Amino acid sequence: MKPFTYERATSASAAAAAAADNPGAKFIAGGTNLLDLMKLQIEAPSHLIDVNGLDLDKIEPTQDGGLRIGALVRNTDLAADKRVRKDYGLLSRALLAGASGQLRNKATTAGNLLQRTRCPYFYDTNQPCNKRQPGSGCSAIGGVTRQLAVIGSSDACIATNPSDMAVAMRALDAMVETIDPAGAARRIPVADFHRLPGDTPQVETALQPGELITAVTLPKPVGGKQIYHKVRDRASYAFALISVAAVVQPDGSGRVAVGGVAHKPWRVEAAEGEMPHGAKAVAEKLLAGAKPTDENAFKLPLVERTLAAVLAEARA
Amino acid sequence: MKFDTPATTNPIDQLKVVGKGYTRIDGPMKTTGTAPYAYERHDVVDNPAYGYVLGSAIAKGKITSMDLDAAKGAPGVIIIVTADNAGKLGKGKLNTAHLLGGPAIEHYHQAVALVVAQTFEQARSAAALIRVSYQEDQGTYDLAAAKNIAPVAKDEPDAKSATSVGDFAGAFAAAPVKLDATYTTPDHSHSMMEPFASMAAWTGNKVTIWTSNQLIHSSTEDVAATLNLPNDNVRLISPFIGGGFGGKLFIRSDVILAALGARAAGQPVKVTLQRPLIPNNTTHRASTIQRIRIGALADGHITAIGHEGWSGNLPEGRPETAVMQTRLLYAGANRMTATRLATLDLPEGNAMRAPGEAPGLMALEIAMDEIADKLGMDPVQFRILNDTQVDPEKPSRPYSRRALVECLKMGADKFGWAKRGAPGKTVDGRWLVGMGMAAGFRNSMVKKSGAKVYLDGKGDITVETDMTDIGTGTYTILAQTAAEMMGVGLHQVVVRLGDSTYPVSPGSGGQFGASNSTSGVYAACLKLREAVAQKLGFKSDDTMFADGRVTSGSRSAALADAAGEVGLQAEDAIEYGDLDKKYQESTFAGHFVEAAVNSYTGEIRVRRMLAVCAAGRILNPKTARSQVIGAMTMGVGAALMEELAVDTRRGFFVNHDLAGYEVPVHADIPHQDVIFLDETDPIANPMKAKGVGELGLCGVAAAVANAVYNATGVRVRDYPITLDKYLTRLPAVA
Amino acid sequence: MTKHDIEVTRRGVLATGAATAAVLAVQAAYAQPIVPLASLPSAKVSLVVNGHNEDLTLDTRTTLLDALREHLHLTGTKKGCDHGQCGACTVMVNGRRINSCLTLAVMHQGDKVTTIEGLGTPEQLHPMQAAFIKHDGYQCGYCTPGQICSAVAVLAEIKADIPSHVTGDLLPHASFSADEVRERMSGNICRCGAYSNILDAITEVSGETA
Repeated sequence: MKPFTYERATSASAAAAAAADNPGAKFIAGGTNLLDLMKLQIEAPSHLIDVNGLDLDKIEPTQDGGLRIGALVRNTDLAADKRVRKDYGLLSRALLAGASGQLRNKATTAGNLLQRTRCPYFYDTNQPCNKRQPGSGCSAIGGVTRQLAVIGSSDACIATNPSDMAVAMRALDAMVETIDPAGAARRIPVADFHRLPGDTPQVETALQPGELITAVTLPKPVGGKQIYHKVRDRASYAFALISVAAVVQPDGSGRVAVGGVAHKPWRVEAAEGEMPHGAKAVAEKLLAGAKPTDENAFKLPLVERTLAAVLAEARA
Repeated sequence: MKFDTPATTNPIDQLKVVGKGYTRIDGPMKTTGTAPYAYERHDVVDNPAYGYVLGSAIAKGKITSMDLDAAKGAPGVIIIVTADNAGKLGKGKLNTAHLLGGPAIEHYHQAVALVVAQTFEQARSAAALIRVSYQEDQGTYDLAAAKNIAPVAKDEPDAKSATSVGDFAGAFAAAPVKLDATYTTPDHSHSMMEPFASMAAWTGNKVTIWTSNQLIHSSTEDVAATLNLPNDNVRLISPFIGGGFGGKLFIRSDVILAALGARAAGQPVKVTLQRPLIPNNTTHRASTIQRIRIGALADGHITAIGHEGWSGNLPEGRPETAVMQTRLLYAGANRMTATRLATLDLPEGNAMRAPGEAPGLMALEIAMDEIADKLGMDPVQFRILNDTQVDPEKPSRPYSRRALVECLKMGADKFGWAKRGAPGKTVDGRWLVGMGMAAGFRNSMVKKSGAKVYLDGKGDITVETDMTDIGTGTYTILAQTAAEMMGVGLHQVVVRLGDSTYPVSPGSGGQFGASNSTSGVYAACLKLREAVAQKLGFKSDDTMFADGRVTSGSRSAALADAAGEVGLQAEDAIEYGDLDKKYQESTFAGHFVEAAVNSYTGEIRVRRMLAVCAAGRILNPKTARSQVIGAMTMGVGAALMEELAVDTRRGFFVNHDLAGYEVPVHADIPHQDVIFLDETDPIANPMKAKGVGELGLCGVAAAVANAVYNATGVRVRDYPITLDKYLTRLPAVA
Repeated sequence: MTKHDIEVTRRGVLATGAATAAVLAVQAAYAQPIVPLASLPSAKVSLVVNGHNEDLTLDTRTTLLDALREHLHLTGTKKGCDHGQCGACTVMVNGRRINSCLTLAVMHQGDKVTTIEGLGTPEQLHPMQAAFIKHDGYQCGYCTPGQICSAVAVLAEIKADIPSHVTGDLLPHASFSADEVRERMSGNICRCGAYSNILDAITEVSGETA
């Protein structure tokens, strides 16, 4: 871990401005992913701006009947919030499927959106990785790929996004609110927040330098049965092989987003029209164009079968 | 004392203390965080410097240059140890690869430098500034690809690598019912919770190393051999060990680098191996390919049984002896085994809990399930039918005690085995449910073990031996042994372990620790009893020790009175004759598992587990049970998730941390039941006890695999049984 | 809540075709810019650890875990992985359990930290410590302090109506069950495999029948 200077931010706009002034700066909140990566010198900020003291830890109703979740709301508190449990059960379920109780107590809403891939080659600093060191090559391609992406990947990167929360946020059409160093606020649909790797896998989100997430908003409740099914190799405390986040309405229509298959939560709105026709029809459209490896081709039938399980549960 | 005839009635048989389920005497320390582990010894070294290890970035080749300038100039750096400045190093008897690499690199993450700095943060940061250039050589990293050219391994001291009895080929060809199947087990990581850690301090040319080590005596010798020191100049201290599972049988780079760093820095240095370094830097259980052929008559009698195993290791490394139990476990007149070893440039393969039997039974006990299925026999009945009470290779050699059949019968009864359905036929909502079982088998080894016992003026007893407690309960069972022998309460016994200045024990490994180290304490206590009797002027052969008093005929005295002002002490060791040659000494279990498989997703949940064990006298049923449930948990890991994933291009284990290498978490493990058969084995040792720590693992993974088969009707022969291997073979879902 | 600072600092060329003999110049990510520093950044932080005020001046890089173990010599909190993958370092901060390895000490100005030493001593055990001893909820002992801190916090989390992954219906108040404990304790790995006994210990302290 490289030496760094440290400051406690006093306001969101001041934090963003401070970050813009210092090209080596990073924000730190929960720290559960950033410190992990700093210890491995995968992240190496020279300055940390601690935003924990900012007043961004509230969950409040919005005017249009939705919820505004402060960037610093801890995963535990978001999952336990009565309004979230009642109206956005999908989000509670996704949060509770992730990490461990200890980690959820620290991890924040914004930090969860920003967590980086768990690709083992990204994590091993002896191996080339375009995400860690642009232009060095992707050592995962042709290597151990069982956990890696099956769709939306590129010749530069086959990493997946590890977040469970983001998959639910994607299905719920969440919006990310930010403030930039000039103090200007903007709203980014979560659909546009995470990027596909393309030729620049190191650029993972739509955030600009110094831009700070202040909140995530949820539109008014969509109702329906909300189910998050995460499939992993052990029963808890593990990243997903795949996960399915679904909202199923009484008439069989609904929404589906999938985790563990791509560089971002994977949702294809056109596929959702097939929901009344069953899992196979949805999966075919959802995963059209997938390019799995021999090792991770199982994710395609796994998505279909998990979706079938979710639809069966919704019917039950 | 020499143990060369079966034990008769002895003081242990009183069972006033031994055999009782006392809570651990080290429990209050462990549960309050006051038990000191190696990296935490602020009590013995005030202000050590911190070492941080840099591992090789390649698997095979050599270092062409190292640029240390930036690291040397970094804040707080005291010294950097590399092969260039470490001086000539030897190699321990139990090490295969060198613990400090350079210029030659033998495996990925082999240590190539230790940065010593005033703080941990400084050392870690400076290590990242070292620039190493390598020339990479072509390596061999793929066991499957190397299999066909792998020769039969060198014979082990007690085990030939190719065995043959009768006419295997002829009998197999003639058998009316046959199985010929190949199984694979992956590389496993010990993944003990306490990382390897050592702190070294020199006084002149003598070094003291506080470390985390299972086998103090041989490790002390290996430190001396590596540092080119006389054995007496090395002292190892390891009173608490945060798990080992075989990984800490040997010294690893933390030990040697702490010593080298402390010598170079001129001050004590402590080193812990960072978790992401451990799977490739240290040892692992090597992957295997196993071909099993079993031929049987239509009535279920095995006529031919053959087991061939392939594994790989570095040059001069040893094989994973996965075929060994097949020489002993089941009857059958015609038999063969072969152990073949490929040379691979992956990290060093070495012992992990139940080496040989653990992966061997993972394969054999699926094979037994498969052929029982072909025979249309219940797998429990099939095993009972093929029981043997003698060494099947040498029928003149009986087992000392073999209660496998009792284990299987009791297990089947307690588990409700009769309710088991046909494969794929038991449905519980969205879950397919099945039961599986396997036999457990692990040998019981005899090894010399020494101890010293002291009696003080308060009538208290102190035991010293270089034996270790790696979570096995050694502290408690040695105290129970001494308390029983000397007729005192458990609270009156102090046990000191894990110091190379204490009498030599075999250490913790091979499930030989408990039976041999308690027997060593038994021997020392016999001597102390003689000394007490002599001191009191009693006849030693009829003297009774009970309730803190010594009684001989009509005479009686307080035990404390015999101590006098200076106390009494005695030292002895248990040594063995040839009973283990005349008899086969082994432990047995029946493992039963119920598993549910999600009919949609293939996710597996183990619902119930039972082990019935026959392992001689159980010295402490509470700690012994814990050993078994812990091993059962590891068996679930082996069955369902554990695999070091090999990058066969670059030659390393890719998932080299505890997020990537998944071991069971709490949610994976159901309630576990353990039953110990009430038995003793007087042929084994004076304690009449054998080990359970590895028995509890042997067969578990296969029982899980067989339960998954019974649930789904889909057979998987490649561990771990992850859903990608059978998902598309499950029935279709809508 | 971060920004993209693309770090193109690699100075060597890594041969990607590792299957053939190749000359490899390796710095890997050990190739961050070398910044000579006259002095290391440090910061003052005051913590309340087990009820005691502790004023520390620390290298900013010091984790809460290392502050406890190396600076305050409270070694009951264990370092198992240092990456949030095992739970051995679990402590309670302001009443909540966290992984002390994944947080910086300087981020905890004024916080109340409870470690295993703050729960009880060998002479005066916390009920959870006593239950772990009674039910043999440990073997090697290394994960044990983290398990016990987590166990105490888990019971509090259920009381505080925090649901879990295995909670059936999210709407009613969270409740105790064996499966709830298994799931909630899954962030504490015990390689010795004492889980079944740990559950028994926690169940006893909870006063419930699992």
